[in-house]
Amino acid sequence: MFGYYLDLALRSLGRNKALTVLMVLAIALGIGASMTTLTVLHVLSGDPLPGRSGALYYPQIDPRDNSGIMPGKEPPEQLTLIDGLNLLHAKRADRQALMTGGAVPIKPDSAAIDPFYVEARYTTADFFAMFGAPFRYGHGWNAADDEAKARDVVISSELNERLFGGANSVGRTLRVAGSLLRIVGVLDDWTPSPHFYDLNTGSYGYAEQVFMPLQTALDLQVDHNGSTDCWGNGTGGVGRIYPSSSCVWMQLWVQLDTPIKAADYKEFLVHYSEQQKALGRFVKAPNVRLRNVMQWLAYQQVVPDDVRLQAGLAFGFLLVCLVNTVGLMLAKFLRRAGELSVRRALGASRRALFAQLLVESGVVGLVGGVGGLLLALLGLWVVRHRPSDYAALAHLDPAMLLTTFLLALGASLLAGLLPAWRACQVAPALQLKSN
Amino acid sequence: MELRPILSTLRRHKTTAALLILEIALTCAIVCNAVFMIGHRLQHMHMTTGIDEHALVQIQLAEIAPTPDIFARAREDLAVLRQVPGVQAVALTNQLPLGGSSSNASIKLDPAQREPTLSAGTYFGDGIPQTMGARLVAGRNLQPDEIVNADVVVKALASGNTKGLPAVVTVITKALADRLWPGQNPLGKTIYLTDQVGVRVVGVLADLVRANAYNDATAHYSVVLPLFMGAGKDQSYVIRTRPQDRETVLKAAVAALKKADPERVVTQQRTYDELREKFFANDRAMAGILVGVIVALLTVTALGIVGLASFWVGQRRRTIGVRRALGATRGDILRYFQAENFLLATFGIALGMALAYGINLFLMLHYELPRLPGIYLPVGALVLWAIGQLAVLGPALRAAAVPPVVATRSV
Repeated sequence: MFGYYLDLALRSLGRNKALTVLMVLAIALGIGASMTTLTVLHVLSGDPLPGRSGALYYPQIDPRDNSGIMPGKEPPEQLTLIDGLNLLHAKRADRQALMTGGAVPIKPDSAAIDPFYVEARYTTADFFAMFGAPFRYGHGWNAADDEAKARDVVISSELNERLFGGANSVGRTLRVAGSLLRIVGVLDDWTPSPHFYDLNTGSYGYAEQVFMPLQTALDLQVDHNGSTDCWGNGTGGVGRIYPSSSCVWMQLWVQLDTPIKAADYKEFLVHYSEQQKALGRFVKAPNVRLRNVMQWLAYQQVVPDDVRLQAGLAFGFLLVCLVNTVGLMLAKFLRRAGELSVRRALGASRRALFAQLLVESGVVGLVGGVGGLLLALLGLWVVRHRPSDYAALAHLDPAMLLTTFLLALGASLLAGLLPAWRACQVAPALQLKSN
Repeated sequence: MELRPILSTLRRHKTTAALLILEIALTCAIVCNAVFMIGHRLQHMHMTTGIDEHALVQIQLAEIAPTPDIFARAREDLAVLRQVPGVQAVALTNQLPLGGSSSNASIKLDPAQREPTLSAGTYFGDGIPQTMGARLVAGRNLQPDEIVNADVVVKALASGNTKGLPAVVTVITKALADRLWPGQNPLGKTIYLTDQVGVRVVGVLADLVRANAYNDATAHYSVVLPLFMGAGKDQSYVIRTRPQDRETVLKAAVAALKKADPERVVTQQRTYDELREKFFANDRAMAGILVGVIVALLTVTALGIVGLASFWVGQRRRTIGVRRALGATRGDILRYFQAENFLLATFGIALGMALAYGINLFLMLHYELPRLPGIYLPVGALVLWAIGQLAVLGPALRAAAVPPVVATRSV
């Protein structure tokens, strides 16, 4: 029966070629546009460290003076160096890493390669284990190296490729900002996206190539990159002078394995703020936050507004395309009322008629869906070749592929159900008589 | 034109008519908002900067090994650049208008004030307005003897002992002056960047846009401070030249700087036009996408109208024949279908306008967009009516061509 319906559907569709093409194209365009924008939205709002992110928290405290502060406002988005070091040394979390971003000049030994600048992260020992950064060769440094200002460095696989042709470079030296550092580890490919641990240096498609101990970096006075916010007499620094003590420019991430530990840590932050207030360093009443990775990303509204707007537009467009197709299909089916009445009079049940019409609209939906998928692939290819920082991320993953398929199926069913049902309601006698 | 027969026909095609009305309404709502957003983006992209954009180039350098004296280094570089043929003026600046990466300060009018009045972009350097071509409308520019090396200021502020600093003066933009002291003469007035240091206004610039000019309302709030930042990877040399010489001057300037000190990397060399283009790249892309959506929506809707009207014409051939046989002219039939489409479009537009305002309210809440101006109502209605009429013309003409003899034939 299905074969017969399919044959009927194809004949009917072939009779109005222009109309069929219009319906298929409308569905394909709508689905293609929606899937492209939905995929971009999906990859941009994804979890940068699946499985780990729930236990990673970003403590915020409020060290500012009373100028320019109203009660109930959010604390600064970063920490001062002194607070960062205090919280780091308190070791109240399962793991903790204090960090900030920068850029350093690399001068290769080989004269054939010109010196160049790379993005750098100045951090502390737990960084790699806490974020699950994979090592290709060697390992990170330890807490003692942090305090000793060890001249150690971990480099990315990309930099290792560029300088050492991908060979194991552990133990070799690297000239960074005029100083010789020893390579202790080489990372495997690792680009958490969004770049959650420091959104100031760039949110997407951003990865450091050099990681060095924070104390070493401060000692060498390498350049700081990112956001610096100051109050009172604070200045953001100039040349080799770092931001002053009334500036926030550090990020602290902590790992807290259970919700109880997280609650305890928040308690600790309050306690720390009170203590600092008693010491006269803080002025305000304790004002702390402790967000995990996904909460932090949501708070920072990391997904660009334009991307959300594009998704909204695409779905609006899909809706119009669907309404358009439903309208056309309905008009088409109703016009065939005579033919349908003959089938009814010859004994076909309403159910059979409904199935026949649904097959016809299903064919339109299915072809439109496949076309939409192809258009989505094309759309994502276009997005990848645009100069935005998230361009490289725009790929269709299995989850989105399934969503596309379901969307296409749902859309086509939606577009077919109403017209098919409506057309089945014809009264055969009346139609036959008028003919 | 008698509307009653049209309405009674439409009543017999309720579902189809409702779908067409819904489609027109959705299209109308989305297109109105999309056009509005395009206008908003275009306005943003045409932001004036107050500088001679086509005469400027930017160079950024970064050292390979620490420079002992960044201030001496920068002064040497400036001297080297002035010798490059074609260079009319050169300055060291911490940021460029629309450069993206920015330096800003909270400004108070009274040090005891709890909340800062506003935030303004802070330009640090010697001769920035003159080099960039920002026009002075009142007072004077900063004098070379007023310029202080940044480390002196940073150390004085850190120690809390600011007595030794010379009296600080500033040049501010007219937009900022008008906002801080509406209707008053800003010259001689004092602003506070920290609680301790008051800065006296000595000059007013017609305009000098901020580096992070994302918000049109605050984009023109800038101050120029007499602070010399010294060489560094975040600082820029901005060079003024003749527009036709930009490329050659840029090459010659980079070569001269590298010759003066080969131990550094050029991290940025571009004309100001390239910088501006990059700043608005996302807005341009979004405007393009919006245009695409509008065209696609209107096309789909127009084709939908054509398709539906064709069906109705086909379905009503007999009725048309009867009407023709009973004396209706071709014009009557044509006008019937045109009136029918006009009626449907009117319902759609009315519903669409309400929807457009709903969407606009949502966007105002979530995307800081202003209210949709009233002018969009009549213009949007006219456009949709026109498209509807154009789309229905073909099928309507075909309907008018149906001969009266059809009435006598059975199908």
